[in-house]
Amino acid sequence: MSLSDAKPTGPAIEFVGVNKWYGRFHALRDINLTVGRGERIVVCGPSGSGKSTMIRCVNKLEDHQKGAIRVDGVELTDSPRSVEAIRRDVGMVFQNFNLFPHLTVLENCTLAPIWVRKKPKAEAEAKAMELLGRVRIPEQAGKYPGQLSGGQQQRVAIARALCMEPSIMLFDEPTSALDPEMVREVLDAMVELARSGMTMMVVTHEMGFAREVADRVVFMDSGEIVEVNAPVPFFDAPQHERTRTFLSQILR
Amino acid sequence: MTDAAFVRLAPAPALSPPASLVGPWGWARANLFSSATSTGSTLVLAALALWFLPSLIGWATWKAVWIAPDGAACRLAQDGACWAFVAQKWQYLLYGSYPESEHWRVNVTEVMGAVLIGWLLWTGAPRKLLGAALFFFVYPIVAFVLLHGSAIFGLPYVDTIRWGGVFVSLLVSLVGIVFSLPLGVLLALGRRSTRPVVKALSVTYIEVVRGVPFITVLFMANNLLPLFVPDDYAPDRFLRPLVGTVLFAAAYLAEEVRGGLQSLPKGQYEGAAALGFGYWRAMGLVALPQALTLVIPGIVNNFIGLFKDTTLVSIVDMADFLSAMDNAMKDTVWSGPTILVTGYVFAGIFYYVFCAAMSAYARGVEKRLAAGRNR
Amino acid sequence: MSIAPASPPRAPSLSLGPIVAQGALLVVIAALIYEAAANVTAHMQAQGVPTGFGFWNQTAGFDINLSLIDYSSLSTYGRAFWVGLLNTAMVGALGILFATPLGFLVGVARLSPNWLLSRLAFAYVELMRNTPLLLQLFFWYNAVLKALPAPKQSLAFGDWLFLNNRGLYVPKPIAEGGVWPFVGAIAAAILVSIVLWRRAKVQRDATGAGGAVLAPSIILLAGLPLLAAIIFGPPFTLDFAKLSGFNLHGGLQLFPEFAALLFGLVVYTAGFIAEIVRAGVLATAKGQTEAAAALGLPRSLSLRLVVVPQAMRLIIPPLASQWLNIVKNSSLAVFIGFPDLVQIFAGTVLNQTQAAMQVMAITMGVYLAISLLLSAALNFFNARFALKER
Repeated sequence: MSLSDAKPTGPAIEFVGVNKWYGRFHALRDINLTVGRGERIVVCGPSGSGKSTMIRCVNKLEDHQKGAIRVDGVELTDSPRSVEAIRRDVGMVFQNFNLFPHLTVLENCTLAPIWVRKKPKAEAEAKAMELLGRVRIPEQAGKYPGQLSGGQQQRVAIARALCMEPSIMLFDEPTSALDPEMVREVLDAMVELARSGMTMMVVTHEMGFAREVADRVVFMDSGEIVEVNAPVPFFDAPQHERTRTFLSQILR
Repeated sequence: MTDAAFVRLAPAPALSPPASLVGPWGWARANLFSSATSTGSTLVLAALALWFLPSLIGWATWKAVWIAPDGAACRLAQDGACWAFVAQKWQYLLYGSYPESEHWRVNVTEVMGAVLIGWLLWTGAPRKLLGAALFFFVYPIVAFVLLHGSAIFGLPYVDTIRWGGVFVSLLVSLVGIVFSLPLGVLLALGRRSTRPVVKALSVTYIEVVRGVPFITVLFMANNLLPLFVPDDYAPDRFLRPLVGTVLFAAAYLAEEVRGGLQSLPKGQYEGAAALGFGYWRAMGLVALPQALTLVIPGIVNNFIGLFKDTTLVSIVDMADFLSAMDNAMKDTVWSGPTILVTGYVFAGIFYYVFCAAMSAYARGVEKRLAAGRNR
Repeated sequence: MSIAPASPPRAPSLSLGPIVAQGALLVVIAALIYEAAANVTAHMQAQGVPTGFGFWNQTAGFDINLSLIDYSSLSTYGRAFWVGLLNTAMVGALGILFATPLGFLVGVARLSPNWLLSRLAFAYVELMRNTPLLLQLFFWYNAVLKALPAPKQSLAFGDWLFLNNRGLYVPKPIAEGGVWPFVGAIAAAILVSIVLWRRAKVQRDATGAGGAVLAPSIILLAGLPLLAAIIFGPPFTLDFAKLSGFNLHGGLQLFPEFAALLFGLVVYTAGFIAEIVRAGVLATAKGQTEAAAALGLPRSLSLRLVVVPQAMRLIIPPLASQWLNIVKNSSLAVFIGFPDLVQIFAGTVLNQTQAAMQVMAITMGVYLAISLLLSAALNFFNARFALKER
């Protein structure tokens, strides 16, 4: 059964008692979280809190040693086939864009659909142009990533992930490596994506984005989830001591 | 948790990682048995090791002949190395045919060299300029007098034909590096110059020398050098390969130095210019000291390469360590089936230890330099 | 001085001073060259050594045991040059051909997650880097190959293979009637396979599913030549080596000098190539493999489409430099008596004619030409395949 065939029902992502170690270091402690279909979750917290580690566990870029992670109802195991199946349905955008520098923008976007979803070239290119239009850079299709600005590259990265038609999108600090004047264009693309109903899990420091778009905000510290709430009560009335400290530091 | 809000009341328990992850079994799982192919490789390699290692180690240790006055014992012990041969020949391997009573001169020269080099390479050393002056200007003369002999100091002459062994290998490589440094720096500066003649000459020299094998340079120096100069200056047969070595090493060193100069941030040159430094001042006081420090690892690597290349000088009748070993192996007193392998293995160990030690030093310097630059 | 220039401080090169200085430099160099040339000619005339290239057509008077073209002791020195050059080229080409895949294999092993495998590859590379090539050649030639038994006690594998201290003897293929159809069949099989691969690519572009071409290609490459052999007769017969008296006759003899040189060069250079491969792959950022994985690409496709193309850009320039080293290092042949260019020309011919200037100039010129050709090819490659940046 391909994950993209049947219309997915039930929660998109489930973390049940998830623990992860790097050697002896306990990186993720007792993570319990359910992300509903179409829900937008923003994860924030100080550096080293494990937020990137947590979302990288969703598409098995990191392994967890204890507990269960379920994506679209299917549990993540070590079997390569199940991992690849999940990765086809979960898109990821990285902090450092990670575009393929030896391919054009268009080729970046069509590589996976052609080779993994076995789409004909013309169909993949049409879809790619449509998505590049959605992130507002269709005219860059023939250029190489080295010729684009950071903001443009990140938008290409978003389009590239969307070309695989995932039902879940993960963002790992997508704007942290950008110059300030380019953050806006990437956030706009993400807001537009959220408005279209995509299930999103976003690690970011952009609290404005959280307020505007998130259904829930998750605060992590030292490997554990400390507080989860809807944006309004989260920002206006944080309940945990550590949440208050963190918010006071970043919202000056 | 589900869509409800959540606040953690008590910190999550700090658990220790599952046993399959850490400790020796965890390491083995990750490094030896992580996949089917990995497990297969581990099994095959372990089997091969069990098959070969015992006889190899035995050959070198308990089956070997360690003490013997001649080759008789070795001829009997065909499964073991003949280390006794090396032990008996060690003087020849170190000094060649240099007269035994004068070995102290070689030793003094080597110790002085080691001290001076240590002085220059030790980062915290005081008065490095004095050390450099001594090393580059005084030491060569002193070493020459000591090794070759001089009537003034009552040191009997020792003809270069008797020089051989490790000390010749060290001599050639050291002379090569020491004298090729100034030439290499000049060539590097020349190659970066905007003046067309200077640049063309430098580029031609560097590319020609780097494009031909070292042997041809040695042949050229050996055969042609006496022809280039008038008869009264005819270079000694020992001097010719040394000149060839210096000319060869300089081209490679030039490229290292050029790399170092290029990797300096432009701000260095701009800073020097802003201070009103002309070309030579900027180079001498700002650029070169930094560039040369940066390329110390590269220079050490060049030295290692040169040390290995000294094995080629035997083609022009200069007895280095490898040719001394070769000669020693021809001694009929010791002839036997294990001699060749013993000799070559020992030579291999010698070169390996020396070169690996220098490599480790170069890596250490590199790490320290990198730590200083990337904060 | 003005605001800091954008390049290192250099005196402007159009004013009079530097031009005079450069002119003076040229004059000095020219004077030195003239002086050297005068000395050389004086010396050579005093010793009765030829200063021209007349020796090229003189009879050589010595034999060469390995020659790809016809040569005898009655041939000229010029012909001896060509024999040496061809031998150098052959060793160089074969060395590159074998060292490169071996180097890649060891490099990949070095990157393996299996600790034993990567440590073994590490030991191999370190051994190659820290011991002189000449020592390794001596070891293979003197300690291994010359220690093999005499022809009468050869290590034999039936009638097919004989190993002794004179070399390795294999059956020599002698072309028969069916050889041209056989070669033609191989060529045809290759051409058809290329066509099949092209068509499969077009098909995959159009529909997404690729045709399986590997199996048909293999069947063609094996089957078509076989068919040709059956129809037109065998392409060659084999001349087996046979022991008669104290030596083996017939067959194809691989001399120990050649074997030691080739084997030593290949094993030595593969160690350096392995490091180049490893560095290239490691330098391809980890993020690339992660991005490819996140898109659902399996590891094999991720390597093929994302990692290897990028790594090759970093690998090719130093790899070309190692190829040049193989050609230059083949000159060590003179130490073990393999008749390469240096051994024949800069060795025997130089000794016999004493025409040192000419011989050395030609010899170094040959290596220089090879080196420049390689540089040009490399520059062309770099320009064409460089990653495009802003």
